[in-house]
Amino acid sequence: MTVSPGGDQADGSWAAGDRDQEQLSFSALLEDSVEDLYENAPCGYLSTLMDGRIAKVNGTLLKWLGYRREELVGHKQFSDLLTIGGRLYHETHYSPLLRMQGEVSGIALELKAADGSRLPVLVTSTVKQDIDGEPLLIRTTLLDARDRRTYERELLRARQEAERDRERLQRLAATLQRTLLPPILQPVPGLDVAAHYHFASSDEVGGDFYDLFPPAAGRWAFFMGDVRGKGADAAVVTSLARYTLRAAAVSHPVPAMVLASLNTALSQASQEDEPRFCTVIFGLLTPQGEDGGFHVVMAGGGHPPAVLLRADGSADYVPTPGGQLVGVVPDAEFTTATVDLGPGDTLLLYTDGLTEARTPRTCERYGDEALLDFARTLAPVSAPGAVNALTELLDSFGEGLDDDTALLAMGVPSVSPRPG
Amino acid sequence: MDVRKRNRVSVTGREGGPVVMLAHGFECDQGLWRLVAPELEKHFQVVLFDHVGAGHSDVSAWSAERYSSLDAYAQDVIEICQELGPGPVNFVGHSVSAMIGVLAAVREPGLFERLVLLTPSPSYIDDGDYRGGFSEQDIDELLESLDSNYLGWSATMAPVIMGNPERPELGEELTNSFCRTDPEIARVFAKATFLSDNRADLAKVTVPTLIAESARDTIAPREVGAFVHAQIPGSELVTLDSTGHCPQLSAPEETAEAIIAFVQGP
Repeated sequence: MTVSPGGDQADGSWAAGDRDQEQLSFSALLEDSVEDLYENAPCGYLSTLMDGRIAKVNGTLLKWLGYRREELVGHKQFSDLLTIGGRLYHETHYSPLLRMQGEVSGIALELKAADGSRLPVLVTSTVKQDIDGEPLLIRTTLLDARDRRTYERELLRARQEAERDRERLQRLAATLQRTLLPPILQPVPGLDVAAHYHFASSDEVGGDFYDLFPPAAGRWAFFMGDVRGKGADAAVVTSLARYTLRAAAVSHPVPAMVLASLNTALSQASQEDEPRFCTVIFGLLTPQGEDGGFHVVMAGGGHPPAVLLRADGSADYVPTPGGQLVGVVPDAEFTTATVDLGPGDTLLLYTDGLTEARTPRTCERYGDEALLDFARTLAPVSAPGAVNALTELLDSFGEGLDDDTALLAMGVPSVSPRPG
Repeated sequence: MDVRKRNRVSVTGREGGPVVMLAHGFECDQGLWRLVAPELEKHFQVVLFDHVGAGHSDVSAWSAERYSSLDAYAQDVIEICQELGPGPVNFVGHSVSAMIGVLAAVREPGLFERLVLLTPSPSYIDDGDYRGGFSEQDIDELLESLDSNYLGWSATMAPVIMGNPERPELGEELTNSFCRTDPEIARVFAKATFLSDNRADLAKVTVPTLIAESARDTIAPREVGAFVHAQIPGSELVTLDSTGHCPQLSAPEETAEAIIAFVQGP
């Protein structure tokens, strides 16, 4: 590129012209007096005495409010310009903060104009002190906040809507949950029954379920199960599992067959992207003659084993080994176990929320062994006694208990010693 | 339950002197007494505390159900008095705490030597001939102001921490706590404060009572002060030459003088 001296000259003269222009506009800026800047600033200015009486106000604010200067200065207080709600806020928050801190900034208030219309503003005040440090007057800046407030109202409205939705969701979840659990357990003659459900979340329906009901006169059936996951999907499976188990219990008086029916129902309901399965223990109780007690036949499908707490103070798991998850494979196998519940014996069913909870001290899983040790310290115990003790245990886990947990205990009352 | 921790109770001042308990109102926390407490401490044993939900109180003790009526706050005051025991206390209640003191003193008069009601109002809502000064819509507007402004609290606090080198007593500890309240708590307290009607309780007060009103107070105007004075048998009324609802801030000397004169009085 060739640069001619002429070109240079031309550039130089242009630059000189720019400088002149700049000089001119700069002097114009200097003539912008401080008074004018105050009067016509792009924000409202207001000075009040410490008691709130207006001592000075700029033109911008007068224009916004539609007042004449003499109507405000010496006649009105700053709080007179606010809505009544704003005045309450000013008295209870703004003014004390200003007194205590000497400054308050960015508070959203509404001004009342002379014609009654309202103007949202953001208000900032500082206290000017005299040379002795005594408060002299309050200087306040007001920014037009119409757009800002519209935006904030939108945010506030969205938050309120979200809160309402959350409440609705919680109500819905609670209602749905109630339909999935028996409201009260039916009394079984000669058997004490107690149950507890720990909800891990109030927003979602949990996946644990249990029930105790008479499929036919003189017989009782119970189940305890756990659907993987939470929420609406889990509720669908829970609901299906409950009704299938109840119906199957009526037609097949054999626990392994009841689980086979459930297995078929869940397999059929499963879709490729939505496998539907659960773990269950299902059992039948048959009363034993005149001495009291029950004969229990249970079938397990992948569920943690029940615990038998005996009258003699011992406690053991009742294993149902090899039982497969219900609903995963078409011809799943389920194992059966039998137990005789005599006076003073209690059978405990639970979901894995209990054994998988983290203990507060070690942060490790509570585990099967700890549960068995705990059961051994409890036995012999009544059904309500067992559920109460385990509920306390669950509470002691605090935040370590992060899953839904269900407990169901059935016990034969111990025979009271006959008076000798 | 540890009452002292729950209400962040502090006891300062002259040991063995008459006990003066200062209760903050809807406004902020016990920091509001900062300008009068030093003067009172020369004469009295001064008890300061935060209502549950305010200042540095134990927020876990707060629940919307419990603290949606002034009775719960009155019960807390009674529990603090019992904790401090055995002698009765001189209770100074500002704004809504004046009514909280009235409720507590009606329930357990034996716990209170005297009551000082600073800018009290038994009911903020106009009702027939009674002029409380506000309508329910006004209170809704206040709630809206609370809702609009809690987001700003942290922004309000930040410049203040740097902005007061000449007033070290208003240090970081104060600016971080003063007036900063969980918006949900503020809302419930605002409703309990401004929608309560305790007019009928005033006549039941049997403890010697001073009403200290502010000469220019838009929240508790002078006719309300006169009403309280007329309703509480044998009460005294003093009008402080102050502007606003918080004379302990706008006229601290005069406020302290009125309290001292009444507590030491015959």
